[in-house]
Amino acid sequence: MTPLVVSIAGAIASVVLLGVIIELIRSRRLRERYALLWLLTGVVLLVLSLWRDGLNTIAGWAGVTGYPPAVLFALGLLFVIVVLLHYSTVISRLSDQNTILAQRVALLEAELGEREART
Amino acid sequence: MPSGSDGLRGAAIVPAHNEEACIAQVVREIRAFDPGLEVVVVDDGSVDRTARLAAQAGAHVVRLPFNLGIGGAVQTGFKYALAEGFDVAVRLDGDGQHDPQELPRLLEPLLAGEADIVVGSRFAARDGHYRAGLARSLGIRLFARIVSLLVGQRVTDTTSGFQAVNRRGIALFAADYPHDYPEVEATVMVHRHRLTMKEVPVRMRERAAGASSITALRSVYYAAKVLLALFVGLFRRSVTPLEEDTE
Repeated sequence: MTPLVVSIAGAIASVVLLGVIIELIRSRRLRERYALLWLLTGVVLLVLSLWRDGLNTIAGWAGVTGYPPAVLFALGLLFVIVVLLHYSTVISRLSDQNTILAQRVALLEAELGEREART
Repeated sequence: MPSGSDGLRGAAIVPAHNEEACIAQVVREIRAFDPGLEVVVVDDGSVDRTARLAAQAGAHVVRLPFNLGIGGAVQTGFKYALAEGFDVAVRLDGDGQHDPQELPRLLEPLLAGEADIVVGSRFAARDGHYRAGLARSLGIRLFARIVSLLVGQRVTDTTSGFQAVNRRGIALFAADYPHDYPEVEATVMVHRHRLTMKEVPVRMRERAAGASSITALRSVYYAAKVLLALFVGLFRRSVTPLEEDTE
């Protein structure tokens, strides 16, 4: 069985995480598009911290017999990996777009220079 | 808008992404309806001949270097309208589902000063003309309920991109415009900025060609995202400052 203190600590950490995410969206420093995964992470961790029987059941499925809160660890890690992978795709797209933008600006500058030279 | 009759300048903003099959027809129809409207096609990173065909049909084409999504494309049009000093902007989709013949219905309340933004609703008339897929119509109805509650005004069609806005609306949307499914959030935004909105019933046509950009799975994702945006938007304290609308 999960020690009560661990459940409480897990719940507090999840609530803080959720609060920080919502504040970031509210102040427009985080777009909703990138917040959904984080919110899902926070909600799942919160639910499993509070729902202690559920955590034990899932631990049983996963063959974790000694210490059920290890499942919280594993899930948290899994979410972090997914979020990081998501960021990698986002960064790849951003860097492609950045290249296109730089090329476009350079071409426009060249064209502008030519036009000015002509007049 | 009757061109030149009251000295107002109008722009028709048409976002288009890979719409080569119908963009020329859309541009020609708008120009035939009112030659005084400047047609601004915002080519949202199309990989087909959308930009060239639109320009040949007589549109002013703004090409985005890559796909920004509908919100970014439409906002580009509003930024253009603001910079070029247009008094009125109407927005029509590039796929031909918005019939320019319906524009007078949108423009009449706007020019009469009854609202800052007029939205053409497919559902306000209740004649059962418009048919949408199950997922889409569920989403549309859900958003209509929520948005009506949030803005304290009956809204039937929160995803309609068939809109007309005045100078204040142009300034607001140029400064701040949501990203995907922007109309839902924009409605709430308009309300928070104390701009007035009015819905008028319009008929929309079936898509002339091409496929809708919204599939069933994506609409679930969008629904979650837009609901989150609406929820968080409620608690946002800062309202985007607008440039002075008196010039």
